Amino acid sequence: MSNAILVEELQKRFGSNTALAGVDLAVPEGSVLGLLGPNGAGKTTVVRILTTLLQPDAGRAEVAGIDVLREPDRVRSLIGLTGQYAAVDEYLTGFENLEMVGRLYRLGKRESRERAGELLERFDLADAANRPAKTYSGGMRRRLDIAASLIARPRVLFLDEPTTGLDPRSRLGMWEFIADLAGGGTTILLTTQYLEEADRLADGMVVIDRGRVIARGTADELKAQVGGQRLEFAVTDAGALPAMVELLRPLAVDEPHVDEQARRLSIPVSGGAEVLAEALRRLDGHTADIFDVGLRRPDLDDVFLALTGHAAEDDPAAADKTPAEPVPVGGTR
Amino acid sequence: MTSLSETLSDSVVITKRNLIKVKRVPDLIVFATLSPIMFVVLFRYVFGGAIGGLPPGISYAEFLLPGIFAQTVVFGSTITGASIADDLQKGLIDRFRSLPMSRSAVLVGRTVADAGLNVISIAVMALTGLLVGWRINSSLGEAIGGFLVLLVFAYAISWLMAMVGLLVRTPEVVQNASFIVIFPITFIANTFVPLETFPAVLRTFAEWNPVSSVTLAARELFGNVPPGYPEPEAWSLQNPVLYTLLWTALILAVFVPVSVRLYKRTASR
Ligand SMILES: Nc1ncnc2c1ncn2[C@@H]1O[C@H](COP(=O)(O)OP(=O)(O)OP(=O)(O)O)[C@@H](O)[C@H]1O
Ligand SMILES: [Mg+2]
Repeated sequence: MSNAILVEELQKRFGSNTALAGVDLAVPEGSVLGLLGPNGAGKTTVVRILTTLLQPDAGRAEVAGIDVLREPDRVRSLIGLTGQYAAVDEYLTGFENLEMVGRLYRLGKRESRERAGELLERFDLADAANRPAKTYSGGMRRRLDIAASLIARPRVLFLDEPTTGLDPRSRLGMWEFIADLAGGGTTILLTTQYLEEADRLADGMVVIDRGRVIARGTADELKAQVGGQRLEFAVTDAGALPAMVELLRPLAVDEPHVDEQARRLSIPVSGGAEVLAEALRRLDGHTADIFDVGLRRPDLDDVFLALTGHAAEDDPAAADKTPAEPVPVGGTR
Repeated sequence: MTSLSETLSDSVVITKRNLIKVKRVPDLIVFATLSPIMFVVLFRYVFGGAIGGLPPGISYAEFLLPGIFAQTVVFGSTITGASIADDLQKGLIDRFRSLPMSRSAVLVGRTVADAGLNVISIAVMALTGLLVGWRINSSLGEAIGGFLVLLVFAYAISWLMAMVGLLVRTPEVVQNASFIVIFPITFIANTFVPLETFPAVLRTFAEWNPVSSVTLAARELFGNVPPGYPEPEAWSLQNPVLYTLLWTALILAVFVPVSVRLYKRTASR
């Protein structure tokens, strides 16, 4: 299978700040790549280079078999871009925005209008089609922005944090839509901070940090790198924890982790549901103190934590940039 | 590479987009029309009595209006810079740069739309002027020539401002910066008072200031210079139309390519 996106040894510096220190990517035609990384990792820089907005200092980039640096014009007619921040014209209506972008893709007047109508319908914006985008909510703008990048049915689509700022319902809708597009054969490069999102949508994942690829593979492959499942308990009285640790120690495959402050206990185990049942039997006299218990498999948050040494949302800048977290990232399941 | 016809059709799409904004943001219309009216009335009635040095046989209204036209269209062009900076800030330039459209259409569409805005303000000012005593004493052809010289010069300034917008990137800063530069340039000129009243150094600057030549060109073409008015000493003012067009060509020759080049490499953030 040929690669719709191919990146080799991509490097980019801004002054003394190295944004990309040699990134390689290959995205097979028709697949979805999740590009993951904490704030400042270089995700947007990769997207900007691939969409011809930025010149790299070194390296090679191809989109749909065309060299991005040598023939940017040809690349532009095959791609769609939804940048990290919604780029819609506030003074135009939703319909006018889409029609304009269609015309600039050289679709012709009739086709631009038809596509605009279709996409407004598809993105639940038909009712707002004739209102200036200034009156749209953040989520509506985001959807309009994504619709604009789809107007010419691009072969390769770049989505830079497409669901940041969407409410849970819109996020689910967006996921469905992205999955549909992927099903229809569009190659998609998707950046995200939400591990669940990559897990759901992406065929392959690349994790970058400080401009370098630190891991790649499928979700399962990445999870396997971090290994182990854990039993997690939350108790009402921290005083019960030492006794519980002693009762459960025989089941642990590694050192149990006790957090007195949070009144939590986490024990690395192997064996699945049987271990959970056995643990509960052993804790017979203590169950009154336990208010939550679960068997937790590693998710991509753990992968992140293990690979980068800090959680995805560790960076304080992330907190005020993304007010609406989709799910409590890193929470107990 | 995009062909000329593609560049044109892209520019039309962008011009249309910019004019829709004019329609939807009443502030722009207000700016484009109210402030020139205010200027006409202010200078005509508040300062008009105090400003001397005019030869007999010419009313201050006739002297004044072409100067106000010139100042207003030059200020009108500064909108180009602020609008480009705004598009840059809002990520729209990124979107446009990722599309297979012509690399110059965004700037062409912007400057053309702003020229359209200038047409509106000049029309409003001319009507106001007629109400306060300004008259066109020349042929229709010459009068049209007068309006065209003003608009063409202002169009060139728009390209200069486009470059400023791409470099400065913050609409408010572009607005303030251009005010600081443009304001003196439009005042150290023959726009509101005759050059004969200036001290020597300022006078030389004013004589070669293209705002003076565009103003005088308009005065001559509207027939607002009375017979027997002394011949200016500087070559620039002896040939105001030619001198203005030379400046226009020079500004365009420099700032069209520079701005387009900047646009190709610029990125938001
Ligand atoms: N135009 C620029 N000028 C200077 N530095 C830049 C510029 N663009 C990016 N950088 C720097 O390059 C690095 C990578 O930035 P980039 O935007 O690619 O990260 P990101 O992974 O998209 O982060 P986020 O999750 O916050 O969007 C950062 O250190 C950033 O500060
Ligand atoms: Mg980013």
